[in-house]
Amino acid sequence: MSEAVTDTATTPSAGQGDVVVEVIDLHKSFASVEVLKGISTVIHRGEVVCVIGPSGSGKSTLLRCVNLLEEPTSGRVVVMGEEVTDPDCDIDRVRSNLGMVFQQFNLFPHINALQNCTIGQISVLKRPKQEAATKAQENLAKVGLAGRESAFPAQLSGGQQQRVAIARALSMDPGLMLFDEPTSALDPELVGDVLSVMRELASEGMTMIVVTHEMAFAREVADRVIFMDGGVIVEEGHPDDVIGRPQEKRTIAFLQRVLDPTHVRAGDEDEAHYRRHAADHRTPGSPTRDDDLTPLRGLPH
Amino acid sequence: MSLSTLAPPARRRPSPRQRAKRRRLIQYVILVVAVVVLLLVADWQQIGQVFFRSDMIYATLTQGLGTALLNTIIYSAGAFIFGLVGGTILALMRLSSVAPYRWIAGIYIELFRGLPALIVLLAFGLLPLAFSGLIIPFDPYGTVWLALGIVAAAYMAETIRAGIQAVPKGQVEAARSLGMPAAVASRKIVLPQAFRIVIPPLTNELILLVKDSSLAYILGLSAAGYELTKYGRDLSSTNANLTPLVVAGLCYLVITLPLTFLVQRLEVRARRGR
Repeated sequence: MSEAVTDTATTPSAGQGDVVVEVIDLHKSFASVEVLKGISTVIHRGEVVCVIGPSGSGKSTLLRCVNLLEEPTSGRVVVMGEEVTDPDCDIDRVRSNLGMVFQQFNLFPHINALQNCTIGQISVLKRPKQEAATKAQENLAKVGLAGRESAFPAQLSGGQQQRVAIARALSMDPGLMLFDEPTSALDPELVGDVLSVMRELASEGMTMIVVTHEMAFAREVADRVIFMDGGVIVEEGHPDDVIGRPQEKRTIAFLQRVLDPTHVRAGDEDEAHYRRHAADHRTPGSPTRDDDLTPLRGLPH
Repeated sequence: MSLSTLAPPARRRPSPRQRAKRRRLIQYVILVVAVVVLLLVADWQQIGQVFFRSDMIYATLTQGLGTALLNTIIYSAGAFIFGLVGGTILALMRLSSVAPYRWIAGIYIELFRGLPALIVLLAFGLLPLAFSGLIIPFDPYGTVWLALGIVAAAYMAETIRAGIQAVPKGQVEAARSLGMPAAVASRKIVLPQAFRIVIPPLTNELILLVKDSSLAYILGLSAAGYELTKYGRDLSSTNANLTPLVVAGLCYLVITLPLTFLVQRLEVRARRGR
């Protein structure tokens, strides 16, 4: 699918099928506030990249620049061989090949789960209705929602809605999936279902960019972690390095702040437990503890 | 209470609750006296003869009330459809990224919300006289549809614009992320949701149009084009009796009361969430 897109590549430099996204010196300002201050990175086919960082660090904006929901102020973004920052780019065609999952799900409330998954296939990809419905059913089954085809979004829990949203994106057979804090709006007990769907996708070789606060997930599933702060990439690399042995001061400080509440989440009421473990983290530079993180799966690079 | 027990009362002031009770009692007494006086003074024979004469009721019902009722419905329904289409276009223009469209829609809306519907209707009635050779199709229906529809469109445009803006921004983002062009996203995602939001206020607009259709009487209609008001008024003046007007008025209620009830139901449903 993405091969077809590559054929019409406007940028020869990104014509390699191996490169899915290339971001070159990306800047983005909202009014006078510069949110992205020169981001450059390359994402390859099959790679799972988790973007972490404090709120306001620009990670969601970076993600939204990839499918041009935000118009970059300067710099270039090349997606599957097409430079989306080029004014002549047919952005709708590129987007039809990108799956986007939002924090607030953004399911279409006036149509049911199946129709949510078919509307893009029918109106954008011009697939016949029957084919679209079959594809939608497959994907709903894949996210564990077989039998809920006729449910309207309001009749589903947050976790179920988010899984329908993933199925909706998958139904377009995207070459790349973008996740914008997909579990941040969910009740804690519903997070697991969504993460396991994403874990399965990753294991199938889907190329994914995931903006997330789920450090355990990032550590387990990501091939690469990008830590952003203040509109720049501060540190990037294998999760064992960035999350396990962070080098930069800002990364260390952020992980300390973030990983402590992770302990709290494990045993919410146990304040004393939280304080005990928090003390362990307060030594700057020491490797972060990961005793309640899911054991690493050791994904091959 | 506790205060009054503290102060040794020579003559105790009534407590607030007692005073409220007394006031309520007085209001009941006034009401009863008024009703009794009315019953004694009014000439019920005369009132019954003027407003509810049975042979006049019969005559009104049989001499073409059905046609008049049907015409009222046709006038208002047609104007509603006109207004809905026009209002939707105006609302989209009002939200356009092309500034002149916004100006045109803005001027239109302010103009026709400020003008009496009667003037617009008169103007359309006189158009064929002013421009010889101009024929408004389906006369007199076309004239009424156009005139009332043009006015209704201005009101509906504002309602629909509010409905469109009430659809969360994430909906457009989700639709565009699937690769839908802006126009498709509007048609398939935004507008269906916006209309769900504006159904109750638009039904109110329909009720207003049902009543405004009575303005058609100034057009000098032929008998086939009579709507309820014209029909009732003619019968009333030829017979010097108000009964036909009362019957015509009740017919409006037959249309509007179910619609009002429907609006209430829809509003309750809308409040319960989509």
